Amino acid sequence: MTGDVACAEGALAAGCLFFGGYPITPATEIAEHMASRLPDVCGTFVQMEDEIAAMASILGASCAGVKSMTATSGPGFSLIMENLGLGICTETPCVVVNVQRAGPSTGLPTLGAQGDMMQARWGSHGHYEIIALAPASPQELFYLTITAFNLSETYRTPVLVMTDEVTGHLSERVIIPDAGAIKLRHRPTPKGRKDRFKPFQPGPNGVAPMAIAGEGYGIHVTGLTHDERGYPGMNVETQIEMMGRLILKIRNNLDDIIRTESYRMEDAEIVVVSYGISARSSLAAVDEAREQGIKAGLLRLITVWPFPEQQIQKLAEKVRGFVTVEINLGQIHLEVQRCARGRVPAILVGHPGGAVIPPERIVETLKTAF
Amino acid sequence: MRYWRVPLDSKEIVVSRGIVVILEERCKGCGYCIAYCPRNVLELSPGYNVKGYHPPIVKKPDDCVNCHYCETICPDFAIYSLEIPPELSQQAVLPELPAEIPKYAVDGNNLNF
Amino acid sequence: MEKVKTRPDHPLDALLRTDRIPHIWCPGCGIGTAFSACMVAMQASGIDLNKTVMVSGIGCSGRGAGYTRLDSYHTTHGRAIPFATGMKLANPQLNVVVFSGDGDLFAIGGNHFIHAARRNMDITVVCVNNLIYGMTGGQAAATTPCMAKTTTTPRGNPDQPFSLPLLAFASGATYVARWTILHTRDLTKSIEEALNRRGFSFIEVLAPCPTGYGRKNKEKSLDTLKIYQERTIIKNGAHPMDAVMDFGNSITLGKFIDQDRPTFSDNYDKTCRPQFA
Repeated sequence: MTGDVACAEGALAAGCLFFGGYPITPATEIAEHMASRLPDVCGTFVQMEDEIAAMASILGASCAGVKSMTATSGPGFSLIMENLGLGICTETPCVVVNVQRAGPSTGLPTLGAQGDMMQARWGSHGHYEIIALAPASPQELFYLTITAFNLSETYRTPVLVMTDEVTGHLSERVIIPDAGAIKLRHRPTPKGRKDRFKPFQPGPNGVAPMAIAGEGYGIHVTGLTHDERGYPGMNVETQIEMMGRLILKIRNNLDDIIRTESYRMEDAEIVVVSYGISARSSLAAVDEAREQGIKAGLLRLITVWPFPEQQIQKLAEKVRGFVTVEINLGQIHLEVQRCARGRVPAILVGHPGGAVIPPERIVETLKTAF
Repeated sequence: MRYWRVPLDSKEIVVSRGIVVILEERCKGCGYCIAYCPRNVLELSPGYNVKGYHPPIVKKPDDCVNCHYCETICPDFAIYSLEIPPELSQQAVLPELPAEIPKYAVDGNNLNF
Repeated sequence: MEKVKTRPDHPLDALLRTDRIPHIWCPGCGIGTAFSACMVAMQASGIDLNKTVMVSGIGCSGRGAGYTRLDSYHTTHGRAIPFATGMKLANPQLNVVVFSGDGDLFAIGGNHFIHAARRNMDITVVCVNNLIYGMTGGQAAATTPCMAKTTTTPRGNPDQPFSLPLLAFASGATYVARWTILHTRDLTKSIEEALNRRGFSFIEVLAPCPTGYGRKNKEKSLDTLKIYQERTIIKNGAHPMDAVMDFGNSITLGKFIDQDRPTFSDNYDKTCRPQFA
């Protein structure tokens, strides 16, 4: 099946029961597959009037207790940003898939790129933490969509699945395991007296249990800066407290959230850092480089955000350099550079967008740059 | 009540009576209740509440018929009326609040300034 | 006379977050009355209040959600209706009420309004129309009368306003009514009817904004109420095309449309998941 279909099937396997979407190439197939499959599991599919409404509707569905998702691409991703901020501030779990295409603006609707990575981190206004995953194959799209739901439920935050048109339209074998083999996580539920419940009081892992609408908890949820009762507070103290809650619940749980894959890294002297479809080119390039005697290794980012700063910093102390491979003109490259802290060179093999980077280019850089 | 001719059933019809309760600390002095009370029971008080607004006071307590319109029109949840039970409402003037009426009823003459 | 309790309870206190009263609305603001009518209607309608949610957008009217003890959601500007759509579809047992303002629902949120009406989503939308963007200081809105003075139209508004009932009707709303805060009992009855029926119900409530609109246009709130008293005419069942709103002349109020049409959920269940019916 194609990556898009695998993503939809992953969502269904995770228990998604609501999809609010809008057609956009190359993510339309996710919406179409959800439209045909959700009724089978008594879920609801709605084609909303625009991506802004799509994002708002999935937040509403989540607040009413249902796992929800939307899928879009570059122009739609820009539209969902304001409501993504609402989801972050109100701590509402949901999954947003961005099947990236070349931008900016309308760009190349049918050709893939990875140019939205920084937007995934900072696209909405204000300062916040976000989780973004980067699958590299249809099989991984299936699994990582489930992971995205799990992380969003555990940490009560929207989670982004940053794939690209190539992976989305790639047709590969996808093995779907039995339902029993798939571990699902659900949002923490409140305990204790309903009238004493504070909707934003953090639990032991920093995440507040979530009361859903219609259960008699009488909660107030607002996008204004709010305190633990959910009441808006127009002062710096409330802002400090709320920001602490939102940021620390992610930063204090990096062990659970950050996932990377290391390939031939044990004795690597040059580290190729990549993610998504570029990681597959990088894989071939690392093998080819090894054939030619270069000690290269691949660090594949599965979670791109939060960025694995510690790993890069540690590697910077023993390797000779980093090569970041991505289909943009340097976004995660900036992060690698930052975390290398000037100890070793960090080089970019980029592309303005619209095509997969051929392994030959990466091998060329590995041979000549160091 | 004034009639140009006394109705034939005036002895059987019991006009309801009410007591107005004013939560003066919520009032913002908009004047809606005063302007739209159908019996002109309320007027602006010369005193202030803690925010500096003039809440209403009951100037004609005997005329209140418990229509609840002050309660309905008030934007600030600051005023409402309570029914005086029919047995007691027959009296022309209520000399004092009998024990059956909830004790938290406030007569407008007793605002704390 | 003795005062035994220090703070007597207002009949609506059970539905209010009394720790946040007095609320932020200005003296003479009509939103309080519209909100109060909504609360009374909810109580009187007999619906399960534990399953009732209020969703609002940004603006003075949007602050209403913060004052009710029901589950309430104060969302982004203009997006209360799609949020409410998501809630209702995820849990059809919820009674979803959108309580927001004219700028929020019809300017930035206009697109969402017409589509929710088209789908006949089973929600109730109460739009407090004070003809202005109040919270941000009194800018012109899509409903501001022509030639009115606002901070962004200091020499008079060159624009024509929407007719909200007509827009709602044309988009497919199945219950359309317009009242003012002075016609509080009619308003309360309308909201009660809307809560108890299925389909997209839209109620426009005219309310004064003495600060944002009133100061520039020399209209104190009691002056506005006088207009509501003297220049309105109730025409229940009038066609929304005839529901004119001319503040200098005549304002038509009433319950204009009350029809039945299958809701989005009815149709979705019929076409997509008949096996679960």
